[in-house]
Amino acid sequence: MAEASLLDRSRIVAGPGFNRWLIPPAALAIHLAIGQAYAFSVFKNPLMSLLSHDVDHPAPDDWTAGQVGWIFSIAIVLLGLSAAVFGTWLERVGPRKAMLASALCFAGGFFIGSYGVHIHSLPLLYFGYGVVGGIGLGIGYISPVSTLIKWFPDRPGVATGMAIMGFGGGAMIASPLSLTLMNQFKNASDNGVAATFIALGVIYLLFMQLGVWTIRVPAEGWRPAGYVPAANHNEMITTGNVLASQAIKTPQFWLLWVVLCMNVTAGIGILETASPMIQEIFSDKVLGAGRGITAAAAGGFVGLLSLFNLLGRFFWSSASDKIGRKRIYLIYFGLGIVLYALLPTLGRNASLALFVVACCLILSMYGGGFSTMPAFLSDLFGKKEVGAIHGRVLTAWSTAGVLGPLLVNYLHENAKAKQLEGAAAFQNVFYTMAGLLVVGFIADLLIRAVNDKYFVHETVTRAQAEAAPAH
Amino acid sequence: MEPQPNSAQSTESSSSLKVALAWLYVGVPLLWGVSQTFIKALALFK
Repeated sequence: MAEASLLDRSRIVAGPGFNRWLIPPAALAIHLAIGQAYAFSVFKNPLMSLLSHDVDHPAPDDWTAGQVGWIFSIAIVLLGLSAAVFGTWLERVGPRKAMLASALCFAGGFFIGSYGVHIHSLPLLYFGYGVVGGIGLGIGYISPVSTLIKWFPDRPGVATGMAIMGFGGGAMIASPLSLTLMNQFKNASDNGVAATFIALGVIYLLFMQLGVWTIRVPAEGWRPAGYVPAANHNEMITTGNVLASQAIKTPQFWLLWVVLCMNVTAGIGILETASPMIQEIFSDKVLGAGRGITAAAAGGFVGLLSLFNLLGRFFWSSASDKIGRKRIYLIYFGLGIVLYALLPTLGRNASLALFVVACCLILSMYGGGFSTMPAFLSDLFGKKEVGAIHGRVLTAWSTAGVLGPLLVNYLHENAKAKQLEGAAAFQNVFYTMAGLLVVGFIADLLIRAVNDKYFVHETVTRAQAEAAPAH
Repeated sequence: MEPQPNSAQSTESSSSLKVALAWLYVGVPLLWGVSQTFIKALALFK
């Protein structure tokens, strides 16, 4: 019989005395790296001026904002698709092999993309950063999730909150790091982008190795010392398991899909337009000459939103361990509806401080929506294939990542076409986002415990369970 | 001579050291990124 490779699940079962607090940094090593995706906008101007070196006066063959924008969109679509496709594979082979595959794809995406920039080939850049890198994003995003939940059955929200917080933090590292590297290589003919891609690929490939070689899965039946599962039975927290192939046949899965999609789309309502929005709503015309929000201050606003997005991922997910998953999403949506509905009024009344506070709260709940989802799935479907189920739910993110910006830009441009200005130009955006949150609220409200017929019974084999007809 | 407790102690301390190093490995860049963002965010209040 062939010996199991170092990457196999059987070789990463933790021995007695293993410290489970090694797992969150292993997960963070992956999420901090792949979180770079959300800092991709720092490459926008350099990529749009590869030939002219002047973004205000582009050469005829320079890439347009729309063409460059597709790189990120492709990566996010591939994130969702690969998370859905490779989720079951991940559960079978274990997190180490998946993390290595993620590191190779993510870094490989940079290397291929670098060559695409070097020869000025947009399709190669789409394929490299978008497709190959996007697959790395998807596999990396879900790779530590089920492992964390199995190591922290006593506080799954805290555990997944820590890891998914890393995805938010990754952009904060990547943005200044990329700018520093591009400045270092600025004398290159391509604005330093190709060399920066190579450097980032190498840095992230090495950085992610901590996750690859530290990750362990708990032995069968392992429990944290002193942990006793709650005696009072909560029907929304199962002790059984649903296979990923069965989970997608349940109404709960699709309700959660809607919940995630609405939450992400609403967050994008703020994120997508943050900088121009605050400058337009709180311009000199509104606040008085010389008192309007400058481009630098708007950059500060975007930074503040990123911080709240990061903090929300940890805070709200940890709070969900105490409050309950369904209730915490009701808070995200309920409070979100009120805050979005208030934004136009706050803008019209020039209440800058309250406007900023409301946006920060909305962004914290946007982050919380991402990080609470794995624990919610684990509660409803069990721990066995939660990584694979989470992967399938992430297609909601891909959908929102494409539809959200389209919707926001359409509504805003429509308002501008009607000569609306300031807060009025964003009123329909905010009210539409509030409407989407109402849909999410209702979807969350409808979630009930999963019907027993979907659960795996020990005597039923995987093949039999998968062959079972949908009900 | 009591080799068992010493050996257990040594395993425990090496495990704690590993945990501390792993958290430093991810914590330092994260804190750097957060501090850079925080500095940028201050521009809003100027």
